[in-house]
Amino acid sequence: MIELSHVTKRYVESTALDDCDLVIAPGETTVLIGPSGCGKSTILRLMIGLQLPDEGLIRFSGQPLELSALPALRQRMGYVLQDGGLFPHLSARDNVTLMARYVGWDAQNVSRRVEELAELTHFPIDGLDRFPLELSGGQQQRVSLMRALMLDPEVLLLDEPLGALDPMIRFELQNDLREIFSRLSKTVVMVTHDLGEAAFFGDTIVLLRGGKIVQRGTLQQMLNSPADEFVARFIQAQRAPFEAMERRP
Amino acid sequence: MRSNRSFFAPGRSVLRSLPFVSRGLFVLFFFLLAYGAIAVAEVKPAPRPLVVGSKNFTEGVVLGELVRALASTAGPADHRQALGGTRLVFNALASGEIDVYAEYTGTLTHEILAKQKPGSLEEIRAILDKSGLLTSESLGFKDNFALGMRRDLAERLNIRRISDLRAHPELVFRFGTEFMERGDGWPGLREHYGLPQEDVLGIEHDLAYRGLAAGEVELTDLYTTDAEIAYYDLLTLEDDLNYFPPYEALLLYRAELAETHPAALEAMLRLQGEISEAEMVSMNARVKLGRVQENVVAADFLRESLGVEIHARETRRVDRFFRYTGQHLALVASSLSFAILIAVPLGVAAARRPRLAQVILGVVGVAQTIPALALLVFMIPLFGIGAGPAVVALFLYSLLPIVRNTHTGLMGIPLPLRESAEALGLPSGARLRLIEGPLAAPSILAGIKTAAVINVGAATLGALVGAGGYGQPILTGIRLDDMGLILEGAVPAALLALCVQWLFEWAERAVIPAGLRTRSRV
Ligand SMILES: Nc1ncnc2c1ncn2[C@@H]1O[C@H](COP(=O)(O)OP(=O)(O)OP(=O)(O)O)[C@@H](O)[C@H]1O
Ligand SMILES: [Mg+2]
Repeated sequence: MIELSHVTKRYVESTALDDCDLVIAPGETTVLIGPSGCGKSTILRLMIGLQLPDEGLIRFSGQPLELSALPALRQRMGYVLQDGGLFPHLSARDNVTLMARYVGWDAQNVSRRVEELAELTHFPIDGLDRFPLELSGGQQQRVSLMRALMLDPEVLLLDEPLGALDPMIRFELQNDLREIFSRLSKTVVMVTHDLGEAAFFGDTIVLLRGGKIVQRGTLQQMLNSPADEFVARFIQAQRAPFEAMERRP
Repeated sequence: MRSNRSFFAPGRSVLRSLPFVSRGLFVLFFFLLAYGAIAVAEVKPAPRPLVVGSKNFTEGVVLGELVRALASTAGPADHRQALGGTRLVFNALASGEIDVYAEYTGTLTHEILAKQKPGSLEEIRAILDKSGLLTSESLGFKDNFALGMRRDLAERLNIRRISDLRAHPELVFRFGTEFMERGDGWPGLREHYGLPQEDVLGIEHDLAYRGLAAGEVELTDLYTTDAEIAYYDLLTLEDDLNYFPPYEALLLYRAELAETHPAALEAMLRLQGEISEAEMVSMNARVKLGRVQENVVAADFLRESLGVEIHARETRRVDRFFRYTGQHLALVASSLSFAILIAVPLGVAAARRPRLAQVILGVVGVAQTIPALALLVFMIPLFGIGAGPAVVALFLYSLLPIVRNTHTGLMGIPLPLRESAEALGLPSGARLRLIEGPLAAPSILAGIKTAAVINVGAATLGALVGAGGYGQPILTGIRLDDMGLILEGAVPAALLALCVQWLFEWAERAVIPAGLRTRSRV
């Protein structure tokens, strides 16, 4: 579905992504994980064309991602940020329907689709006419997800969508999200830095470090045969607190 | 799923379908634009009446009124009163913006034609003829430059002649701004007499008299026909080394008047040799001390001396108020709407292209640093006198606040929001219209408000170049030492600034997107 070949992205002081090859399989959920600054967000931003690679090529359904093709291709992708990125001057409904109205959907289709999405994301109908600042963090993320799903895109790109939420709401949304993914069977690329969350969602987990892909596979594979010392340590570090608890009498 | 009904589908008005870009702003803007357009249309010259000009001192204005009144017996005639100093008015005549004004021989020989150094009236005429200008015969009186001080002080210091001043270097001299700079003014005088005084500054001529009366000023330049000489009991010092040339009053006019306005020309030339020095002094006194309007004084003189019956009446305060208000609003509205039309796109361009931003903000910033007075004067050669240069100068002044606020408003939008709009697939123009514009609107409007308020104040300077407005009564008030007249301009100008402020605050409330306002409610 999305294919990165030999992609390199440099910034003035650092290389965010270093000669990366990555193929995102259609219909699967791929989770990108790794320490802070390893290039996870950069991959998503390259996929949706917010940044262009310095070297290498990115294809979407076989079509190279070029400036001229971007607006059209972006309508086939949904993008959700950590803090939602909702437009504060638009109501939840207007945020969700902005793009559909822009491309000329008629009012009936728009409102039918909004109801559908509200049900899918468990968003209260009466919250639709509120402004983002009048919604809770969890509700904002649900609106953000509805906005990403509005045009029924083929691909969902989620950058730490649950990162800013408290644990209870996070748990609730995790379950909702997984249910949505399996119901819609979309191609999903999701960034997280929580291994548990990665295992919970991911058909495939991609572990990054310093702009390079270190290992790619299931959590089980990484546990059983870590590609290198770093993978083993990364997994160990995330499991440590739970193991310590389990050992207590 | 898709239909051919667009986002701004028919049936919903464009205004209604833009809930976030407030209707208030639109209405306000279109009001401004319409007013500006009308104002600009009015600025265009009507079928040509004879245009009389005058320098910005009382005698000049009185002579201008005499000429206008006589010319109007033969056809339509306007008087652009108190346009400015010698240079400005002479240039206006040379470029054909005015047809005639009253000038003095000494000013011609020593200031206007100083380079050619003409020695006689014949030589003056020969030089002016090349520029298509003619002079009348003397109007009958001289208005010489002189130095004056209070009689009591002069007696105490035993000063009677200018050369006596050498012995008193501590004296405080305040000269009319023009006298400070003119070739036949202070620089030449100081050299001619070897005067040692250091405390010498320029001041509005009429304010100098008040300083003299109050004892803050010890010596100033006088016109020998000034009414104040007698009023304040001043001593004019004898020009013992013959520095000042004679200043015979005459009319300076464009040669083509003989063809375009022959009857008016003939009528105005009836003034030749008719005004004695005493009559001029008394007319000046009636205006300056008696607070009679120049047109009335002129009409009285014409009736008594030439037997010409002119209908003149004092303009009523209300009429003046409406006229000044109309002129002032026209200046502000036209310059501001042009500024909005240009500055908002410039601000957007600056926000889109960081490298362009430096150039745009730099250039616009430089325009702001030019002193208003200088800017007005720079505009005169390009746009003539009247509303033209004033509108352009105000326009330039209005650019910076609007460009800067548009730029910062757009740049201040958090990156995640800008990128979310981009990631949705909205093209650049749609992002600007639907997302960035509404989010930056409060900042843009604040910029427009700043520009408008500055504009209302700065527009009072327009009167200096003949643009009218509330500056007109202020200038006349200064000239005539009439606090009432000054307030007639200053009070409405201040009130207008407040109104503008209030109007924009109302518009701001309407334009701030509802979603942003809830912040205070939460
Ligand atoms: N606009 C930018 N300018 C300069 N450097 C950048 C920019 N964006 C990212 N970087 C650098 O690129 C590297 C990768 O950044 P990226 O945002 O992809 O990390 P990440 O894996 O998403 O980290 P996190 O988990 O903290 O979100 C980092 O070193 C970061 O400092
Ligand atoms: Mg990140």
